Amino acid sequence: MEYDYYPGCTLKNKASHLDICARKAAEKLGAAMTEIPEWQCCGGVYPMAGNETAQKLPAVRALNEAKSRGRDLLCVCSACYHVLKSVNYDMANNATVITKANTYLENDPWYKGETRVLHYLEMLRDDIGFEKVKKCVEKPLTGKKIASYYGCLLLRPSKIMKFDNPENPSVMESLIKALGGEPVIDPFRNECCGGYVSAEDTELTEKKVRDIVESVKAHGGEMIVTACPLCMYNLKKYGDLPVKYFTELICEAFGIEVLEDD
Amino acid sequence: MTENEEKKLCAEALIISGVKPEKCMKCGKCSGACPSYDEMEYHPHQFVDMVSKGQIKKLMESASIYKCLSCFVCVERCPRNVMPANIIEAVRALQERPQGTDRLTPDEVKNILDDDTPQQLLMAAFRKYSR
Repeated sequence: MEYDYYPGCTLKNKASHLDICARKAAEKLGAAMTEIPEWQCCGGVYPMAGNETAQKLPAVRALNEAKSRGRDLLCVCSACYHVLKSVNYDMANNATVITKANTYLENDPWYKGETRVLHYLEMLRDDIGFEKVKKCVEKPLTGKKIASYYGCLLLRPSKIMKFDNPENPSVMESLIKALGGEPVIDPFRNECCGGYVSAEDTELTEKKVRDIVESVKAHGGEMIVTACPLCMYNLKKYGDLPVKYFTELICEAFGIEVLEDD
Repeated sequence: MTENEEKKLCAEALIISGVKPEKCMKCGKCSGACPSYDEMEYHPHQFVDMVSKGQIKKLMESASIYKCLSCFVCVERCPRNVMPANIIEAVRALQERPQGTDRLTPDEVKNILDDDTPQQLLMAAFRKYSR
């Protein structure tokens, strides 16, 4: 299996483990991830205002690049996935955005949302399969009570994301099971952690994180896994449970060593 | 702001957001699900209602526009596909677009930086707090 890969800014910097572990685990699973050339930052959040077309161009460039190579575009970061997939929806359905973006970028032929954007977790579930994941496990996470934290970006709006059941997701729990751990299901796993608001309103973020972490504890969770660098930051800053990226968890169970300063 | 100017801004907000307020049946699910409900002076359903009635000034001046987390719960749970988050974003965009109204400037970034601040937070904050 071969994928075009869009890592995103944070995975090249503060969330380097999310990236490195994804690549190492993919190698073991037999999936080739080729980083697309000259990708640009997705912008971190989807530009929701209808007349903000310029802000969508970096995503369109990446999507068109993957199309020209005939490959699916793989994301590991929740935010990149959300932005690329939302812009891709516009490029398939919104005539104004389609015309403006293609005209400005001088695309020939026009890009019309042909690329399949998929998240690493979808790759595991839909393309590779958790049975194969299970076979790669060398150090099962036996007895570890792990809570999945989905947050917002992977799930909503489900009409566009089509990632999992937005109210009762299961892909991360299936992964934890395949890795030999014990998934803990708590009702705050699809609640917002406060997101970008932590840049100015730390009180609100703290409140949101406290609700999430207390709920995990009340349901017996000892650790939280996430796919989002901003969720990771907020949960670690305002919570008191260990938080890991889901790709770190995979490497741990696969017996792949990743150094702290990798 | 004259009544006419306010009406014009409301019309613009509806265009920018793509929201059709007449679809709203006022069930309140959006506000019921909103994680920032307690922090807001005006709630998601009120944004939809007030913009449709030509009252956008109060919304633009309220801190409520900065309490929306863009978590899309209101969009997800709306049974009529009204997309309240999109109208909140449009009101916010109209507030931030005129020159000199940026809520976050590059000079202020050092105040939010610590050793772990992800690039994602800075990018998102700039997109949300300045236009």
